[in-house]
Amino acid sequence: MLLNQFLLLAAVLFCVGVYGVIVRRNGVLVLMSIELILNAVNINLVAFGTSAGLAGQVFALFVITVAAAEVGVGLAIVLLIYRNRRSIDLDELSELKG
Amino acid sequence: MLDKVWIIPALPALGFLLTLCFGKRLGPSRAHFIGIPIVGVAFVLALVTAGQWMARDGALDERGAVSDIQQSCSREATTISSGGAAAGDGTANEGSTAEGGTGGDVVSAAPEATRAAESGGGTEELTRPVIRCLSWWHSGPLQFDIGTQLDGMAVLLLVVVTTISLLVHVYSSDYVNGDRRYTHYFAFLSLFTASMLFFVLAENTLQMMVGWELVGVCSFALIGHWWEEKPNSDAALKAFLTNRVGDVGLMIGVIVLFFAAGQNFSIYDINVMANNGRINHTLLLVSSCCLIAAVMSKSGQFILHTWLPDAMAGPTPVSALIHAATMVVAGIYMVGRLYPVFFHGLSIAGSSINLLAVVGSVTAVFGALLAFVQKDIKKVLAYSTVSQLGFMVTALGVGAWTAALFHLFTHAFFKAGLFLGAGSLSHSCGHSFDMVEDMGGMRKVMPRTFWTFVVGTLSLAGIFPLAGFWSKDEILAGTGGLGNAATGSYYFAFIMLLVAAAFTAAYMTRTIWYAFYGEYRGHGHPHENGSRITVPLVILAVLGAIAGFANLPGVLTFEHLVEPVGAYFPGHEQGLVHADFNLAVAILSTLAAVGGGLFSYLYYFRRSFKPLEGFSGRNRVAHAGKTLLENKYYLDKLYTDIIVGSIKKPIAAAAYWVNQHVIDGVVNGAGKGAVVAGKFVYEKVDQLLVDGAVNGVGSVAESSGGELRRFQTGHVQQYAALFFAAAALLCGVFVLILG
Repeated sequence: MLLNQFLLLAAVLFCVGVYGVIVRRNGVLVLMSIELILNAVNINLVAFGTSAGLAGQVFALFVITVAAAEVGVGLAIVLLIYRNRRSIDLDELSELKG
Repeated sequence: MLDKVWIIPALPALGFLLTLCFGKRLGPSRAHFIGIPIVGVAFVLALVTAGQWMARDGALDERGAVSDIQQSCSREATTISSGGAAAGDGTANEGSTAEGGTGGDVVSAAPEATRAAESGGGTEELTRPVIRCLSWWHSGPLQFDIGTQLDGMAVLLLVVVTTISLLVHVYSSDYVNGDRRYTHYFAFLSLFTASMLFFVLAENTLQMMVGWELVGVCSFALIGHWWEEKPNSDAALKAFLTNRVGDVGLMIGVIVLFFAAGQNFSIYDINVMANNGRINHTLLLVSSCCLIAAVMSKSGQFILHTWLPDAMAGPTPVSALIHAATMVVAGIYMVGRLYPVFFHGLSIAGSSINLLAVVGSVTAVFGALLAFVQKDIKKVLAYSTVSQLGFMVTALGVGAWTAALFHLFTHAFFKAGLFLGAGSLSHSCGHSFDMVEDMGGMRKVMPRTFWTFVVGTLSLAGIFPLAGFWSKDEILAGTGGLGNAATGSYYFAFIMLLVAAAFTAAYMTRTIWYAFYGEYRGHGHPHENGSRITVPLVILAVLGAIAGFANLPGVLTFEHLVEPVGAYFPGHEQGLVHADFNLAVAILSTLAAVGGGLFSYLYYFRRSFKPLEGFSGRNRVAHAGKTLLENKYYLDKLYTDIIVGSIKKPIAAAAYWVNQHVIDGVVNGAGKGAVVAGKFVYEKVDQLLVDGAVNGVGSVAESSGGELRRFQTGHVQQYAALFFAAAALLCGVFVLILG
């Protein structure tokens, strides 16, 4: 039914987001993929919200707000990476190896 | 003040700390600038407390009697004040079970009702003790309190202890002037005062035990004040160790009472329960016998008295304060505090002999006998103290509670005065206490010391109308030895005490002869001491002369102020009878004292018994007797050589044998076994098992690390991929299991 289709859409969106996060080399695109994942979750929340009351929509609003903040931080990190290395290719970053 | 009485022991405790911290900074021999004012304040507060206690009204019924008891301190008081009905049922049930076990000894089923009826008739007001406490610590369901129980008895001791302590502080500031451990001396005097007051005010038996041990420690430290000389430190150790013997009894007694009273340390509760028959009689008997052992050691009763004369190695003011007036009466006080336990446990009422009375009366005579052969004036006084403590214990044993406390009161003054007088003598005779060799003729040189000493002696001997007469007479009347109305009829105690009274007068006359009459036998030039020594002497002599009027027959204020009336003390219906002043007893005791004194006077002063002089040298029996006395009944030999020696040697031999055969065998066997086991462990366990395990762990870690290293690339995206893969896997698992 209707819920089913929303959930399917969200699942597709989620998988696209995950794929982007894992595969993309460009840091900005990885951030965008994360947004896709979050939006997939938002769709889920709103979809369940139709049957379970307003809580879902309220949560979605919160997620959007937090996502905005997270993007702000993320873009700042990307910007710093660019300033340091003149590149935002994530494959070149392996500092976490220690 | 009555409910804030904890301040009184707290003050000297503070004085102790201040003296320790700042005493030396005041300069040499200045430490008393802290001690004297603080003990002075404590003395004033004690007097205020006494005044308030005197002005206090009694209660008309049981509920009123417990109205000033903080309820968290005492279960019994809570039960009484919350109304009698339910409690009465419980009492009756418990009482009947106790009765089934012991038979006969349980008092009337509802003593509270009886008393309430009595007091309703307006015969006697009940005492309202003031009990305050706060929780010390909790252990499981048990609560340990620390607090104060104030009633007439505690007030009496507060006054006595602070008075004597103040005078001794003043006296000491001259007597030990220039001593190298002056500061420590005053610190310990203050600590002793604090712990004695703490003991006196104790609200529960545990706290009492703490105070008991604290005064013991102070006594130890002060006896050994001049520890550089071996006899002094030996005496200190002896006092401490002898007291430990009795402390075992105290501990067992307290533990027995704790369980007997339903896991309760509160003295008030124990007394109430013992008094209305809710504690099994056998338990009371056992605990009172154990506590008597404690009394015997602390209060110097015959056969554990041997430490007390040796304790004279300490400075004389210490002997006056600790070993005459206060600490040694701790045993008397403890018995008086827990009197229902002893009263019912030993079945004092209506009886004619019991352990307490026998111990006391034997001590009174045997201690007095020993005083005859002493050359050291302080030892004479020490044995006299032993003997007088015997009087008090006897008084408690025959049910003359008030007489015991009264004698404690009067004895504290005149005996402290005598000790300080002896100290004054020695202070001017080159610090010797040997009255036979180093004194004599001091009457003219030291008139103030002489007159105060004579007053103290007359009081001690019990000459009318000085203090000792009234108190000793009350004890003698209390034995009921002449068939007069008393708690029991203790003929044995009566005769023994009469003999002891005669001896007392005789040996004190002998002391006065040696110290004050005849020619000066010492070296140097004796002189009267300064006012810091003589003023306390005069004060104590005056107190020792007039203290007896506190309990004049017919006036009897002392008895009403000190003796409790109420559920926590044996009353008339339980057989406690107050012996009235008895003229026959008074005449008999005076005759005994005068007779003893007169004999001694004729023997020493007039030389009327020339044939008797040197008698012990000629007659074998007399010689044996004298040798026995000079060797103090061989008790010291018994303790050190026979008991300790016999235990020590076989134990040492057995220990050696065990050491050689058993322990060495065990050790060697263990060694050999250890070698074999060690080899086995080395070859099999260590080399194969442990090393294998360690190496295995190492190689596994290495190889697994090598494998795992590949995953740690530092690429965030690879981590994210692993993360999502794992999450997907988990989801799959959940779906499979839950779906």
